[in-house]
Amino acid sequence: MSNMIVLPLIVPVITAILLVFLKERVILQRIISLLTLSFIVIICIILLLEIQQQGVMRIDFSGWAPPFGISFVADSFATLLVLVANLVAVICMLYAIFTIELRYEKMYFYPFTLLMVAGVNGSFLTGDIFNLFVCFEVMLLASYALISLGGEKIQLREALKYVLINIVASWIFLVALAFLYGTVGTLNMAHISVRVMEAGANPLITTVSLIFLIVFSLKAGLLLFFWLPGSYSVPPTAIAALFAALLTKVGVYALVRTFTLLFPNNTEVTHIALGIMAGITIVAGCIGALSGRDVRTIASYNVLIGVGFIVAGLAIGTESALQGVIYYLMHDMVAKAMLFLAVGMMIYVTGETVIDKMSGLIRNYPFFGWLFFILMCSLAGIPPLSGFLGKVLIGQGAIEGGNFVLLGLGFFSSLIVLYSLLRIFLSSFFGETIISLEDEKPLPKRILLPLTLLAACTIGLGIGAERLAPFVTDAAETLYTPSTYIDAVLDGELWQGEVNK
Amino acid sequence: MESLILVLVGILVAVATYLILSKQLLRVILGTAVLSHAAHLLILTMGGLKKGDVPLLGESEGPYTDALPQALILTAIVISFAVTAFVLVLGYRAYKTNGSGNFDELRGTPDE
Repeated sequence: MSNMIVLPLIVPVITAILLVFLKERVILQRIISLLTLSFIVIICIILLLEIQQQGVMRIDFSGWAPPFGISFVADSFATLLVLVANLVAVICMLYAIFTIELRYEKMYFYPFTLLMVAGVNGSFLTGDIFNLFVCFEVMLLASYALISLGGEKIQLREALKYVLINIVASWIFLVALAFLYGTVGTLNMAHISVRVMEAGANPLITTVSLIFLIVFSLKAGLLLFFWLPGSYSVPPTAIAALFAALLTKVGVYALVRTFTLLFPNNTEVTHIALGIMAGITIVAGCIGALSGRDVRTIASYNVLIGVGFIVAGLAIGTESALQGVIYYLMHDMVAKAMLFLAVGMMIYVTGETVIDKMSGLIRNYPFFGWLFFILMCSLAGIPPLSGFLGKVLIGQGAIEGGNFVLLGLGFFSSLIVLYSLLRIFLSSFFGETIISLEDEKPLPKRILLPLTLLAACTIGLGIGAERLAPFVTDAAETLYTPSTYIDAVLDGELWQGEVNK
Repeated sequence: MESLILVLVGILVAVATYLILSKQLLRVILGTAVLSHAAHLLILTMGGLKKGDVPLLGESEGPYTDALPQALILTAIVISFAVTAFVLVLGYRAYKTNGSGNFDELRGTPDE
């Protein structure tokens, strides 16, 4: 049964290789890649139910018991994220199938997307920190290819910057790994946690944890986000939506894992650093979102506000805040994919990117207008949509933890998010119609299908929160008490005894 | 021996930093390649340089050398090789399409 954990990584890799050989048969490629991603969604649901019954699951590759071999560990947190990530990936892929040009499809768009999803799934599920690096690289290499796919002038230019930033970030990751290995002598995450706890508040370990903080902040767009708005606005809509939904969230996931499991000791240094970085990211994101006139820029800065808000929850670190982090991470994946798809569609129908030049779209495309309205409410955190519960829980955690600055900034940012999207809504959807009925670009129903599905997801996540609650509570418990995770990976008492010897 | 290697790592990082901070595309790419070599050497040193025998049970009495850093480096080298190859091709395409290999001219214009 626990063999299923490896499927979210291995299945997309195998199908991606298969699809390379089907280069010219585009229809077949579409069907296979949709089926693959849907299959993983089903696997994740089964895994989640299984984890509810028997606790954290793991698989040791080739039977090498941890901490000697590489293992994959599926707890509720990781599995929930894999589930939502793949759900969003299916929907974005559907959008890509309807909209993306044939030349992209023939230049291995589907294999690259599947490889990127494989890297994302692997990063969520792995229990070994070097393996996390490898999965990051799988994901990044695929994303390098996706961002430069098409070879437009501006794309190549931005891709170059994106790739170089990420190479340097990966280098810092390697350096951090080297120092970590030199300090604690192990790479299994549960085992690192045990060794770090034994070492106590060791300044060397705190330094290593801060290097990890820099690496994952670069990937997540936390404070070190200067690369993000440029590179997220050049690829085609479907790819940009995938990036916004998945890539930064993997960085956030790594941050959550690192600072709940690996380095729980010296919280007065690490969590304060996280809190300050989150605060600055929220403020900077707000400024960017307010000053932008280009819809893509506004959308990119909204990604940053989301990241800042989630990390604020992590910095607060109480159990309800962690529950909020999990809800909000899931919400953010869905909502940011939807935001980027909506923005892409606005650019498609008007041919403009600046909000002042679009007007009265709701007259031409009423259904699209209402979808955008739902999206706006969801991002601002209006009940019963999905953003609400995460905000409430993080807010509750902030009050429990007495962290009023982050509380204030978090809720202030909700207003700014609402305002920045309301600005798009008022100036682009309301107002005088500038596209006459004759010039109106037809918007077939099928192109609106992915957006409708995402809207259904955000409503479902909000209304169905009750049903998700057992999984999220379990995930937050595992994050809050790392010993559950450690026991599951290192076979409990048996290992503890051996360490003490 | 460890200190010597660490000094070498420092020199490599310095060279790489100099190259990455330059404005020529090709130099920057070469800089990233040098940078990754520095990281590999660092991992090797952090695991401890040759301290004992080959880690084959039954072949010698031990103590054994830690083989894990070498496995890590092998993986990291493959990855950095792939990334360097990719970024060289990307750099070449960007140079051909944009007509310049200078980062000053690759900055872009605000109206795009």
